Amino acid sequence: MAKERILHISNLTKSFGDNRVIEGVSFSLFSGENLVMLGKSGTGKSVIMKCIVGLMEADSGEINVFGKNVSNCREREMNEIRTRIGYLFQEGALYDSMSIRENLLFPARRNSRLKKFTENELEDLVEKNLENVGLIDAIDKMPGELSGGMKKRAGLARTLMLSPEMIIYDEPTTGLDPFTSDAINDLILKIQHEYKTSSIIITHDIKCAEVTGDRLLLLHDGKIVAEGMINELRSHPDVEVRDYFK
Amino acid sequence: MAGINIWYLWTMNHSPAGNIERILLEVGGLARFTGLFFRNLFRGRFESREFINQCYRTGYHSLLLISITAIILGLVLTLQTRPILAGLGAEAWLPNMVFISIITELGPVIFALLFAGKVGSGIGAELSSMRVTEQIDAMEVSATNPMKFLVVTRVMATTVMLPLLVFYGDLLSFLGSFLGLKAYSDISFQLFFSRAFSDFFFSDIFPATIKTVFFGFFIGLISSYMGYYSDQGTEGVGRSANSAVVVSSLVVFLLDLIAVQITDLIV
Repeated sequence: MAKERILHISNLTKSFGDNRVIEGVSFSLFSGENLVMLGKSGTGKSVIMKCIVGLMEADSGEINVFGKNVSNCREREMNEIRTRIGYLFQEGALYDSMSIRENLLFPARRNSRLKKFTENELEDLVEKNLENVGLIDAIDKMPGELSGGMKKRAGLARTLMLSPEMIIYDEPTTGLDPFTSDAINDLILKIQHEYKTSSIIITHDIKCAEVTGDRLLLLHDGKIVAEGMINELRSHPDVEVRDYFK
Repeated sequence: MAGINIWYLWTMNHSPAGNIERILLEVGGLARFTGLFFRNLFRGRFESREFINQCYRTGYHSLLLISITAIILGLVLTLQTRPILAGLGAEAWLPNMVFISIITELGPVIFALLFAGKVGSGIGAELSSMRVTEQIDAMEVSATNPMKFLVVTRVMATTVMLPLLVFYGDLLSFLGSFLGLKAYSDISFQLFFSRAFSDFFFSDIFPATIKTVFFGFFIGLISSYMGYYSDQGTEGVGRSANSAVVVSSLVVFLLDLIAVQITDLIV
């Protein structure tokens, strides 16, 4: 059975002044899939993700998320799409004036889909999500007390509060030691299976790409230069693509 | 969009025309931000818990600074003017003179400048660091309105708390003035206050109170604007805090000038 296409981007371009960061990028994401986007720093990976969630506006091209064209969406429609997309920021982006518990409750209390939940049910949901990322012991800690890996896990737990159908991981293993990176990779796979999410994982960590990715895209100078499974890219005819995986 | 930093703009190697263009662009940005503030103020549910938290942070945490400054202000004003008035045989007018000076001009402006320095820089730095660490983006992508939670609550808190702080500071300044006068005479507290209020008119206190509302509003709004649109990494955090204080302080003086003109026309 053909998988449902939940995101489709065609001919996306984005410039900052004279600097063209994204040039005619097109790709799709299918339900239940982990799509890894690889590329050196500054190749525009994060810019594409920010265009998907409406934090940036593309110069041209089309972004269809859950069947809706993002550039035509009004604020209310964009917010509806956003509640279906989780975004894990590079440093976790935890609200540093709130405890981990409050960080998780913050989006949940303000989300229309969770309005029917009582305060006790929301608390249970917080505990469940923190347990799933192995951070239940840190529930009342402040973000400043957590390590880099813990912040990312807490950020992921906050993302899971809204039960997203799609998650964007922005460099989930960058700056982490190999053991914590492995734990985060396992967590990405666990989330994919338990929550049935589709994901886009931005990384330049080959191991992360290998472990978590169902399909890979390689971005270079704002363009997709290769697409496929990791073994296909390793034996790609283009030397530069092969070199990336050395 | 970066916040205004007048000093930074003028020290950069831009032509005067380029600087003026940049300042006009920032003024336009601030006008748009003001529109966004009012749009979000009247839309959706008000973040009352965060508003109370901000009132506590902006108001209660400024009490010590305002208290010390207010007592010193009243004391110094009295100690400096007493010999002059005594020489003219008008020492009895001292409480009234202090009352009028503090209520109409010194209190609102000095306490507003202190408030801009303490609270304005705090708001600028806090929102700016939230921008740099992607916390504001995180709110937006979780479909939570950061303008409503972060900006509306802070601007409303400064608008409400500054007039209260000025009122409190004015009272402490009178106390300082009384202590200063008491050191040289045996004036009673009751006599001091009856002399202070002897020529009291509603028209003295009303414009002064109204202008503190505007001072508070613009300090909150400008500081939030500086922090909200900061985009130059950690350097931007310092710059936003600095700009928040500099521009808010300038605007306080500008508003004071406008308030004086309007009061002259009306009263």
